[in-house]
Amino acid sequence: MVDIRIPIGLMFSILGLIISVYGLITMSDSEIYRKSLGININILMGVVMLVFGLVMLYFARRKKK
Amino acid sequence: MKVDLGLLDYLIMIIYFVFVLGIGWVLRRHMKNANAFLEAGRSMPAWVAGLAFISTNLGALEVMGMTGSGMKYGMLTTHFYWIGAIPAMIFLALFMMPFYYGSKARSVPEFLKLRFDEKTRGLNAILFAVMTILASGISMYALALLMENVLGWDFNLSLWISALIVLCYTYLGGLSSAIYNEVLQFFIIVIGLLPLVFLALKDVGGWIGLKAQLAPIATAKGYAADAFTTTWKHAGAATSNPLGVEWFGILFGLGFVLSFGYWCTNFLIVQRAFAAESKSAARKVPLIGALPKMFIPFLIIVPGVIALALSNNPGSGFILPDSPGGGPDYNLTIIMLLKQYLPTGVLGLGITALLASFMSGMAGNVSAFNTVWTYDIYQSYIRPGTNNEEADGKHYLKVGRLATIFGILLSIASAYIASKFGNIMDFLQTIFSMINAPLFAVIFLGMFWKRTTGHAAFTGLLAGFLVALLHHGLTIPQGAETVFKGGWLGIAHTYPVEMAQNFWTAIIAFTTSTTLTVVITLLTRQKKSDEELRGLVYSLTPRTLKEDVPWYEKPVGLAIVVGVICVVLSILFW
Repeated sequence: MVDIRIPIGLMFSILGLIISVYGLITMSDSEIYRKSLGININILMGVVMLVFGLVMLYFARRKKK
Repeated sequence: MKVDLGLLDYLIMIIYFVFVLGIGWVLRRHMKNANAFLEAGRSMPAWVAGLAFISTNLGALEVMGMTGSGMKYGMLTTHFYWIGAIPAMIFLALFMMPFYYGSKARSVPEFLKLRFDEKTRGLNAILFAVMTILASGISMYALALLMENVLGWDFNLSLWISALIVLCYTYLGGLSSAIYNEVLQFFIIVIGLLPLVFLALKDVGGWIGLKAQLAPIATAKGYAADAFTTTWKHAGAATSNPLGVEWFGILFGLGFVLSFGYWCTNFLIVQRAFAAESKSAARKVPLIGALPKMFIPFLIIVPGVIALALSNNPGSGFILPDSPGGGPDYNLTIIMLLKQYLPTGVLGLGITALLASFMSGMAGNVSAFNTVWTYDIYQSYIRPGTNNEEADGKHYLKVGRLATIFGILLSIASAYIASKFGNIMDFLQTIFSMINAPLFAVIFLGMFWKRTTGHAAFTGLLAGFLVALLHHGLTIPQGAETVFKGGWLGIAHTYPVEMAQNFWTAIIAFTTSTTLTVVITLLTRQKKSDEELRGLVYSLTPRTLKEDVPWYEKPVGLAIVVGVICVVLSILFW
C-alpha cells in the first residue's frame, strides 16, 4: 500500500509553494492584508505548509531506505 | 454574508480535490476482495488509523457547531472535549478494544451477534444502517446549503458534485481510501484554521485581552465576570453558567453516558480502530486520536469565544447573519470569522478545510454503511457465505461497491428530504443520539459480565431506546417552539435549556437499559458456553503476553500521558 505521507507531503509542498509565491507577489499590496491586521499571512502560512510538506516527504523517503 | 473567493482560492480547492481523487485511484488496485474494501485489510498503522479516528469525528457539522457553541457558551464548550471525549477514548482503548479487535468481528453489529444473538445484531444493524444514511444526507444538505448561501454556488450542482467526488474515491478505494483521505483532511483542517486562530487572538489582545473584553459581556448577562473563560468554576449551579447545566449533568450526562455511548459503540468511529494492523495498534488508535483531540478546542472553540467578544464590539464590524428562524445563526460563526480575517490565499485554504470536513464526514458514513449492509444484512439474511472463500470475497466486494453507490444515492435523497423539512432532520438527529446510550449499556455488560444473555441484551437495547423516545415526548426545553424539540405527547417537565434535556434523555435511557438487562439476565438462562464467549468477555479471556516495548509505546503508558495532559488542561482553564 502507498505511504500516506507521500500524498500529504506532495500536496502541502505544492500548496505551500503557491501560497508563498502569491504572498511574495502581493508583498507591497497593503490593501489585501488590511483584513489580516497588516500581516502578510500568505507568506507565513505558505512557508509553514512548505516546511510541513517537505518534512512529511523526508520521513516517507527515510522509511523506504 | 457572501464570501468572495479569488482565482487562487479556487485553485487551492482544485488541487485538494485532485489529491483526494488521486488517493482513491492509486488504492483501487489493492481492492481485490471484500476484506480489503470493507475492512482496509486490517493493515493500517496505528498513527494513520488514529488520525482517521479523530478526523471522522471532526466533520463540518462538528466544526461549525463547536465554534457556534463557543460563541454561545464560551469556554464551557470544552467540556465536550476534555470531559466529554478523552475519558471515553481512554476507556475504549484500554478496556474495550481488546475484545472488539480480538473477537475478529468486522463490525459492531457483528460483535453483538458473537456475544449475544442474531436478533440483537439485526436490531442494531438496521438502526445503524438507516441512521448513517440519514446522517450523511443531513451533512450533504448542510454542505450544499452553505455553498449556496456563502459561496453563491447552485444548491443542486454542489450537492451532486460533492456526492460524485465522495462516490469516486470510496468506490475505488473503499475504507482505505476513506481513511487516507481522513488523514489528509485532518492536516488541512488544522493548517487551514491555524491562521484564523492566530489572527483573531492577536486582534483581541491575546488571551488576557480576550478575558478583559468578555468580562463586561458576562456581567451584563448576570454571570460572574469570568463565566465565559472558565470551565468548571461556575458549574456549581445550572443558572450560574452560560451552558445552563450543573456539574452533575456535565459529569454524568456528558462525561459518562453520552460520551461513552458515542466513542465506545459508534461503529462509524470504532471502524477506524478495527482497521488497525494488530491488536496492540488497535488499542493505540483511540489514544493517538486523543492527543490532537485535546487541542482541537483551541482551533475551533477559541475562535467562537473570540467571535462573542467581536460581536459586542461595534468597532470590529463583525456581525452574524440571522438564521431563518430568527436570532443570530451561530452555525455561520466560523465562516464569518474566515471572511473577517483571511485574505485570498489562506482564505481558500480555510474554505477547503470546511469542504474537506464535509466530504470526509460523508465518506465515513458511506464506508460504515456499506460494511454493515454487506456483512450484517446482506451476508446474514440475503446470501450467506459459501465454502468457497475466494469467490465469496469477490462477490461481497461487488456487493460492497454496489452498496456504496446505493448508499450515496439514498443520502442524496435524504438530503432533498432535509431541504423540504428541516425540522424533521433536527428531530431525527435527536433520535439517533438515543441509540448510543443503551448500546453502550448492553455492550459494557456483555464484555464484563459473562452471564449477560441475548434476550436481556435485546430487551435492554429496545427498551432503552423507547424510554428515551418517551422522555423526549414528555419533556420540553424552555421556549421551544416546535414539537420536534419535545413535548409531543404532553408536557411533564420543562428543562431550562435543550442541552439539559438531551443529557437527561441519555441518562434515563442508559439507566433503564442497564437495569432491564441486569434483571432479565438474572431471569433467563445463558445459552452460550464459556468456550463460545472466550475472547468476548473479560473474565474468560486469557491475559495477553507482555510486549517487549518501551513504556510509552504501550497502550497503558500512552493512556497515562493522555490522561495527565487532559487533567493539566482542565486545571489551567478551570
